Amino acid sequence: MTHRRSLIAATAALGVLPRIALAQQRFASLYVFVPAGPGGGWDGLARAIELTARQANLVGSFQFENVGGAGGMVGLPRFLSQRRGRADALMIGGSVMVGAALTNKTPVSLQNTVPVARMTEEAGVIIVPANSPHQNIGQLADALKANPRAVSVAGGSAGGTDHIILGLMLQKLGRQPREASFVAFPGGGPAQAAILGGQVAAGISGWSEFSEQIKAGRVRALATTGERRLDPGVPTLKESGIDVVATNWRGVFGAPGINPTQRQALVDLMTALHATAGWRHILAERGWEDAFLTGAAFDTFLERDRSETESVLKDLGLA
Amino acid sequence: MDSLSGLALGFGNALTFANLGWALLGCFLGTAVGVLPGIGPALTIALLLPITFSVNATGAFILFCGVFYGAMYGGSTTSILLNTPGESGSIITALEGAKMARNGRAGPALATAAIGSFVAGTVGTLGIAFIGPVIVEWALVLGPAEYFALMVLCFVTVSAVLGASALRGLTSLAFGLMLGLVGVDLQTGQPRLTFGVPELLDGVNVVLVAVALFAVGEALHMAWRHHGGKQEVLEVGRLMLSKQDLRRSFWPWIRGAGLGFPFGVLPAGGTEMPTMLSYYAERRLAKPEYAKEFGTTGAIEGVAGPEAANNAAAAGVLVPMLTLGLPTSATAAIMLSAFQSYGINPGPLLFTQQAELVWTLIASLFIANVMLVVLNLPLVGLWVRILKIPVQQLYAGILVFATIGTYGISNSVIDLVILYTLGVVAMFMRRFDFPVAPVVIGMILGPMAEQALRQALTISQGDWSVFVTRPGSAIILGLAVLALAGPRLYGAIARRA
Repeated sequence: MTHRRSLIAATAALGVLPRIALAQQRFASLYVFVPAGPGGGWDGLARAIELTARQANLVGSFQFENVGGAGGMVGLPRFLSQRRGRADALMIGGSVMVGAALTNKTPVSLQNTVPVARMTEEAGVIIVPANSPHQNIGQLADALKANPRAVSVAGGSAGGTDHIILGLMLQKLGRQPREASFVAFPGGGPAQAAILGGQVAAGISGWSEFSEQIKAGRVRALATTGERRLDPGVPTLKESGIDVVATNWRGVFGAPGINPTQRQALVDLMTALHATAGWRHILAERGWEDAFLTGAAFDTFLERDRSETESVLKDLGLA
Repeated sequence: MDSLSGLALGFGNALTFANLGWALLGCFLGTAVGVLPGIGPALTIALLLPITFSVNATGAFILFCGVFYGAMYGGSTTSILLNTPGESGSIITALEGAKMARNGRAGPALATAAIGSFVAGTVGTLGIAFIGPVIVEWALVLGPAEYFALMVLCFVTVSAVLGASALRGLTSLAFGLMLGLVGVDLQTGQPRLTFGVPELLDGVNVVLVAVALFAVGEALHMAWRHHGGKQEVLEVGRLMLSKQDLRRSFWPWIRGAGLGFPFGVLPAGGTEMPTMLSYYAERRLAKPEYAKEFGTTGAIEGVAGPEAANNAAAAGVLVPMLTLGLPTSATAAIMLSAFQSYGINPGPLLFTQQAELVWTLIASLFIANVMLVVLNLPLVGLWVRILKIPVQQLYAGILVFATIGTYGISNSVIDLVILYTLGVVAMFMRRFDFPVAPVVIGMILGPMAEQALRQALTISQGDWSVFVTRPGSAIILGLAVLALAGPRLYGAIARRA
């Protein structure tokens, strides 16, 4: 696995090396705000951006600030008020913040920032314990359709990405999201343990958290939630007739009050960073899906993501 | 690869000059963060994560494991000397340890904690190497129903820490349960007792509460009750364990280690439950001539047992991480993200695909454990000198450290407000003889019990009989009934006879 990845990275590096040499520094310094504690997914993205930008000499120096809590909702107001109009400030964010703003009914949301780029995404996966009677997604869907309460599904906290995926599935199956028998666990470890131990009928989680368990045959993957298959043997929900596409995406946002030229400079920086071999190497090494999207397309995506999330959360009674 | 040849390979890799250096650095850093109130191993390792860009995987993980084990050793030091636990696993250690220090027995308390940590660390690491993969399969059999039963058992044993007045103890416990409710409810996503303050949505940090109740409360109480003029300096007796201390510590170490390791392996176990159960067991099992020392002058069994349980549980936490790739604690989650930055996906195949790294890591745990006991035993003499600092300066220093630590970690003014509000509450609690330990225990156990209960009921579709129809849960509940009614029944029968 690791060998194949470094091979891909090495081939990629050979082709792109000359271009890196030509890249000129775009920002003397950049301030990166991470609305989560050190060590998590958003922090990991921030550090990866730093590493790549330094290697390619796109940015002179970096300054970081971590303010974690409530799915980013503690940090967001601080970024909005303290960095207003700053052209060299970036905030890391993602799908979790869309849901957190709605469930916590906060006065500010991602809409108050200036979207720059979506960088990575991770599709969810629906799994069952290895000894489960459900062999494919169709059987699980039938069980959910018949009586959602009898199918306990483990995942992260209520109102989070996993819960929203289950809600969207029930909507498409013609049931009410609030009929779900969703068992929330704090963090990935305890949820995985409950699924591995067969305590629940099924589970929903990020693909990377379960990819190794699936490979080892400890759990069975029934479907993934992205646009494309992540594993040739595992269908997506969409191709299985349940029209749900939901991923845990991460991206970068600019401070409010910057003008279109300043926004474009940040977009150009991320575009240049995305084109480096170093970035491709990091994507391969971390197992992140490339989900690069900027400009109007990113704005449209954000709007759709927000309205879909809101409709499920409303049905769940959480927004 | 079988365990023995794996270990041989691991020791071969770990015993290089560079790797021993990483282990020593990790042990030193870990001891330091363990001693400082509020800063734990998870945060330290998170802050060290950028080194994964420049250091090889083996070196980085040896460093991280040194920090992890070191923090468990260091955590007991402030508990004993200053009655201020730096992390939740050493709260119980403070109960007897601080009383021993007050009575001139700080040296033996620190020594039994250090040696107990070594014994438990060794037992735990042997457990990881030889029975880890087996025991983790058993641990997976336990579901939310069993966890709820375990919490009930812990609540029964809490009676041992309630202090002289049951009413005061229960009041403290209720206050802790209330603090545990603050934040967004996991099962429904609804905020509770947050009063519109976004910083409270994630709940109140247990370590923050422990620092506020123990360190700040104690300092404020000292300032309030201090009568000017006389310089109070605590007496420092002998430093090392006497033969009698050793005899009294030996079985508590073994029992604590045996109790702690399986709890650490449990995906929702942690270090707090086994320390409580160990304290309860030692208090019940103590010989009549020593039993009166509990809660008065400080019993060495009450330090040796919980401290061993704490360290063995910490070792156990690594088992689900290494064998199944399950991050069951904050520290394990951060370590897993470090694995990922090396392109290693931790999972059930880690032991086979990355055998060399895993065995080197286990070997370095043994090495770190030896280093720590060698590092910490001589430090006992140094640490007890802290007690020679006049109390005014000492507690002023503690206040400064607690304040800087709290603000430095979260950058949050709200946390400082909580720190001092709870500190003032704790000052009054001390003044009016309310024990503070049950507050923290209620705050830890309450939310865990509530979530386990509701998870179990969601899975059973609201059927309460699940707690007695599942054999594991029924057995544990039976034990709880026995612990509650057993001594009374025994007493009644003994009186009649």
